[in-house]
Amino acid sequence: MFHIYCPHCAEYREEEEFHAAGQAHIARPLDPEACSDKEWGEYMFFRKNPRGIHHELWVHAAGCRKFFNITRDTQSYEIKEVYKIGEKPSVVAE
Amino acid sequence: MTQQNRLQSGGRIDRSKPLTFTYNGKQYKGFQGDTLASAMLANGVNVVSRSFKYSRPRGIVAAGAEEPNAILQLGATEATQVPNVRATQQELFNGLVSQSTNGWPNVDTDVMSVLGKVGGKMMPPGFYYKTFMFPESLWNTYESLIRKAAGMGRSPLENDPDSYDHINQHCDVMIVGAGPAGLAAALAAARSGARVILADEQSEFGGSLLSTTEKLDGKPASEWVSAVTEELRSYEDVMLLPRSTVNGYHDHNFVTIHERCTDHLSDIAPVNQARQRLHKVRAKWVVLATGAHERPLVYSNNDVPGCMVSGAVSTYINRYGVVPGNELVVTTTNDYGYQSALDWHDAGRKVVAVVDTRANPAGERVDAARQRGINVITGSAVIDVQGSKRVSGVSVAPISADGNKVSGSVTKLNTDTVATSGGWSPVIHLSSHTGSRPIWNDEIVGFVPGPTVQKQLTAGGINGSYNTNSVLSEGLEAGLKAVAEVGLNAAEVVLPKAEDVKEGASMTLFHIPHLKPTSQAPKQFVDYQTDVTAAGIELACREGFESIEHVKRYTAMGFGTDQGKLGNINGMAVAAKALNKTIPETGTTIFRPNYTPITFGAIAGRNCGELFDPKRYSAMQMWHVERGAKFEDVGQWKRPWYFPQAGENMQQSLDRECLAVRDSVGILDASTLGKIDIQGRDAREFLGRIYSNAWAKLAVGKCRYGLMCGEDGMVFDDGVSACLGDNHFLMTTTTGGAARVLEWLELYHQTEWPELEVYFNTVTDHWSTLTISGPNSRKLLAELTDYDLSNDNFSFMDWKQIKVAGVPARVFRISFTGELTFEINVQANYGTHVWEKLFEAGAKYNLTPYGTETMHILRAEKGFIIAGQDTDGSVHPFDLGMGWCVSNKKPFSYVGKRGMNRQDCVRDNRKQMVGLKTKDPKVVIPEGAQAVLDPNEPIPMKMVGHVTSSYWSANLGHSIAMGFVKGGLDKMGETVYYPLVDGTVIEAEICSPIFLDPKGERQNV
Amino acid sequence: MQRYSGFGLLKHSLTHHENWQRTWRNPTPKKEYDVVIIGGGGHGLATAYYLAKEHGITNVAVIEKGYLGGGNTARNTTIVRSNYLWDESAHLYEHAMKLWEGLSQDLNYNVMFSQRGVLNLGHTLQDMRDIERRVNANRLNGIDGEVLDPQQIKEIVPHMDCSDNTRYPILGASWQPRGGVARHDAVAWGFARGADSFGVDLIQETEVTDLIIEDGTITGVKTNRYGDIKAGRVGCVVAGNSSVLAKKAGFELPLESHPLQALVSEPIKPILDTVVMSNHVHGYVSQSDKGDLVIGAGIDGYTGYGQRGSYPTIEHTVQAIVELFPVFSRVRMNRQWGGIVDTCPDACPIISKTPVKNLFFNCGWGTGGFKATPGAGNVFAASLATGEMHPLAEPFSMFRFHDGALIDEHGAAGVAH
Repeated sequence: MFHIYCPHCAEYREEEEFHAAGQAHIARPLDPEACSDKEWGEYMFFRKNPRGIHHELWVHAAGCRKFFNITRDTQSYEIKEVYKIGEKPSVVAE
Repeated sequence: MTQQNRLQSGGRIDRSKPLTFTYNGKQYKGFQGDTLASAMLANGVNVVSRSFKYSRPRGIVAAGAEEPNAILQLGATEATQVPNVRATQQELFNGLVSQSTNGWPNVDTDVMSVLGKVGGKMMPPGFYYKTFMFPESLWNTYESLIRKAAGMGRSPLENDPDSYDHINQHCDVMIVGAGPAGLAAALAAARSGARVILADEQSEFGGSLLSTTEKLDGKPASEWVSAVTEELRSYEDVMLLPRSTVNGYHDHNFVTIHERCTDHLSDIAPVNQARQRLHKVRAKWVVLATGAHERPLVYSNNDVPGCMVSGAVSTYINRYGVVPGNELVVTTTNDYGYQSALDWHDAGRKVVAVVDTRANPAGERVDAARQRGINVITGSAVIDVQGSKRVSGVSVAPISADGNKVSGSVTKLNTDTVATSGGWSPVIHLSSHTGSRPIWNDEIVGFVPGPTVQKQLTAGGINGSYNTNSVLSEGLEAGLKAVAEVGLNAAEVVLPKAEDVKEGASMTLFHIPHLKPTSQAPKQFVDYQTDVTAAGIELACREGFESIEHVKRYTAMGFGTDQGKLGNINGMAVAAKALNKTIPETGTTIFRPNYTPITFGAIAGRNCGELFDPKRYSAMQMWHVERGAKFEDVGQWKRPWYFPQAGENMQQSLDRECLAVRDSVGILDASTLGKIDIQGRDAREFLGRIYSNAWAKLAVGKCRYGLMCGEDGMVFDDGVSACLGDNHFLMTTTTGGAARVLEWLELYHQTEWPELEVYFNTVTDHWSTLTISGPNSRKLLAELTDYDLSNDNFSFMDWKQIKVAGVPARVFRISFTGELTFEINVQANYGTHVWEKLFEAGAKYNLTPYGTETMHILRAEKGFIIAGQDTDGSVHPFDLGMGWCVSNKKPFSYVGKRGMNRQDCVRDNRKQMVGLKTKDPKVVIPEGAQAVLDPNEPIPMKMVGHVTSSYWSANLGHSIAMGFVKGGLDKMGETVYYPLVDGTVIEAEICSPIFLDPKGERQNV
Repeated sequence: MQRYSGFGLLKHSLTHHENWQRTWRNPTPKKEYDVVIIGGGGHGLATAYYLAKEHGITNVAVIEKGYLGGGNTARNTTIVRSNYLWDESAHLYEHAMKLWEGLSQDLNYNVMFSQRGVLNLGHTLQDMRDIERRVNANRLNGIDGEVLDPQQIKEIVPHMDCSDNTRYPILGASWQPRGGVARHDAVAWGFARGADSFGVDLIQETEVTDLIIEDGTITGVKTNRYGDIKAGRVGCVVAGNSSVLAKKAGFELPLESHPLQALVSEPIKPILDTVVMSNHVHGYVSQSDKGDLVIGAGIDGYTGYGQRGSYPTIEHTVQAIVELFPVFSRVRMNRQWGGIVDTCPDACPIISKTPVKNLFFNCGWGTGGFKATPGAGNVFAASLATGEMHPLAEPFSMFRFHDGALIDEHGAAGVAH
């Protein structure tokens, strides 16, 4: 079970308080109508799904309800950093 | 019966407290401090089980968690049965009832063993993959016979009378194992002021020191153990957990501990006590001081009762005062093996010989044996054992220097016990739970923990350190390191000194050769519990199963309840030799939780039965219960389903409730609908982006229905939102969808449109919602308020802040029944008050409570959908015929818009929601019935849709249904067929789903 | 190929089992193959077997980075059923079911396919509507199925709590008598042995490090042990690693890889004769021929390649099992483990061409891969043989996530398998 630091609560809390919400930094296209079906499908469904360093979106669902980002190794499950929406990760895959 | 193997003195048992226990119906005596196993050995019990495949008699081999054979059924009553209890870990208590689990008519005389002897030759590893195939039809018969032999113990057939606790813990240092290393680590951490948890699976701390004759600072080791334990107990921040097995080491230093609180007292917990407790620990640092298990050697007939691992023999003598036999032969590759001979000799019984595979053993223990006059046979090994239910003798032969073959003639020795030592295997199980791969260490001939990302330290036997002084100092070092890591100042700890025993080098040998090749030699067991032999492993390798994982899976090695604690390394060695590889080349051995099995009840804790999942009730719950309501589970909510009156069946209740609403007035408890309060300058803009319809012009005081879609354009929730103020809305959601919708809103706000000023809060539980519906609802409400309820002043889709029964209320004039309806929302605490006032005033209108089922019927008469029942994630608003709820004029491309315009979403012939009128108006199509166009088509039939909602309508006097039909909106008046499971076919005409009041006049009056 | 039979066992027992042939060869790969299959799990091996058996294409290599059948094939809870909701998936899984029936004889390897029936429990009125819908669809698709009431369920599973005193009483169930379990390892080994007997090269302990793509067409693979191996067509069947290989081919997949955990009890005497699954309380259980209760847990919500998940998932599952079977409270859990499941947004697999010519993917089975093994291998083999997707595979194109023709099986696949 993960031990996750919520950057909004500024505390470590148990994983049960959080939901994983998938890959982070997927921006909704600003003009959806200009997207082809392919582009829209890729926005909705296609994912990096890396083995290794992954930037992912989590929400402190049973806490402050805030979304935030985690950089985590999907193989070792080590959390490398936690950062707020709008911020950039400092740990990135090679 | 006397305890013929019990020593007069010595050991840690309390001879003043005799205990009585039963094994296979026979009474025996033991003492406080015994394990079930030590007491059985004291009484000379030889056979404790029958082996899984060959029904061979088996005895106790070990003294701890690694025991493969002594797996018993425990329990004096049906409800307190415990299957598969390891006798070596079960403390004896008075009145304990135990049984062996296999063997017919009994474990001593098992007719299956005949089959095992004869048929065993036909049962090499994987034999079942090669047979039972012909004829195909007989497989079920074969399998039912195979299944008869399955299992060891049995499940109780009555419910568990005991309860189990969970407790969350946090600490600086979690120390696993309270042997010398763990105690030293704990002492260092505790003295330095750290929050420490020290857990050990045994009943008392001390680990290997409890069964040693070794001295610390010249005094019995147990004295140091007591002193340290006493000191640890004095620290407020130190938690000591005996009888507590650390079963799992999970990511981010999360550790689960299974504490057996009362299993040493009885098979049922004393009143008001939990039987077991699961500790869930988040530790800053974890120190693994789990020790090592001794490896037996693999030789022929090494499973005959009386064959034991050497260290276990010492443990039984020194800790329990039990000598598990009269005569002993030791077969060893190392100095440690001699210890059992020394202890046996010192206990006054005969050591026949120590057989050492080394040509020139030289160490202090060897010297000690020789000094005692023990016959030491060097360069030799026990290659075979005689006896069936107890060892009667051994065959000893010289072996070659590489250990690969017998190099001389066989000598037979009489003995009833064989102690074996092939060295030690570090207990690395926990360290590999988090994905760390163990590393082979040639020097100690074993796997040690590999690199890990956990904050983990290791000390003692787990590292392959077996010398007491180094074990102690590694423990101390780990404790100090952990203390430093958590930022505390290290306190001083002076360790006791053990005498350094000079040891000779061990020989690396696992599998003892026989005169015959392995395939023809008498069975040489590697994994007792799964009946895996050296020959079986060699066969697996010959057949191409070359990865150790293949070998394990093909032979079932390591798949027992002991998870191969004794056998895995031996098995890898046999495979490596067969494949001409090194042990690490065959692979590593990966351990998974649990270290030892853990009771399901303990994992479930209190979260079963009543507490399996929270129940949510509205404020009026007691009223509903008192009126005999039947309830339906909707999400976690208990909702009144219908309110039967005396003598009614369900349909009669529904008919009555439905008619009451349309004829006069009914009342529904709608409190469970999700309610989200939305405020902020941009609340309106936000709604417009998240709903498919327009919200820009909704005036204060007005309500509007909205559909919520995913980015794929598919409907996932719906509800009415009210404009409470320019910057303030109240959104309602489906009962089951409330939490999901709130998270959905937060997601879009926080990640996509943070520039919008809008705030969300759930207010579901804050309000009671009392929906009165029917032509008399206005008159009824008027009795409880002075407010002008006229249609002009309070129109359809208005909401008003008024007082109802003296209570401030938000009243919404919205309708899910199609009737004139007022949805009265009051602070939840006033719900029952207003509800009861409505009934006081409502008697003259025959105010009728109705439940979800009537609500479903009434809305279906109107063709209103229920998200989740009439939608399934694959329908967009146009499929539902709800294009009116989609705005194409909104400037912002709202969530769902782009999705519902994808190629597949705009194609012809999609499944569309229609109404269905059965040809026979009395027939109600079952919900879930599948539509076909040609009822005579052979199977597989082409299905064109299905029924989502279907009811008997008492109001209309005929059945009604809603469902999907391919291209249904263009097929009005056409016929579809519903072939049912019972072979009948229902014929129905496609129609508008609005069966009643298509112009919507009734709700508008 | 050496035939297996009871008589053979007897014969070999006379020679101390010293003369059994290898189950498969351990060949050094050739430089070039007609078809290279990446991934030696159940699906990959079945693909190779059917390529050889049904299409006569034997110049085939299966390249496996670990050992055969060592991924999800070795880690699942072995449930086989075909009672899926939508026509597309129902036909695919039923195709598999028909192959399961008779597979032991076809392979001359007893995969212990045991049709002891599968119950999918319903605990809410909506569950029951969904069950009715699915069973009706199944029957019209020629798939066996019945809807049972609690009394009928009790007769099949006497030790389950079918009373209405539970938090979520059992209201009914769907029942597929032809469903059941199979011996997972044997499935991989049986297909491996069969493929090998046709001359397929099974290359273990060899990792494909890259794909060789020229002008948008795949021409071979690079390996860590044997350098480049040329291939006419390449089939990628690497559950738990699909996105990683897709990235090497230059595209993304609509997949997320999640931990899926399972656990077994200690072996106990037979007490449960069928497969019981509940989406609502989130648990499913069967009892193996060895006596273990084999229990499947839910999917963890995060991406994870660690073959392990989080403890609360195990706790919730065990709670569900004890809720369904209060008598199991004192039975003990022996071992837990995890697999990596590639989940698709619509809970259906991808069996598809890709943006790279001659490169085909079979992935995204989520929790449903094992039961489809023979069927998936069969249709994937046909697609690799002809270069055109088998009609049963056609709807499972990865491009459905562009045009929107999804096959949403969340209801039927749910958490349970």
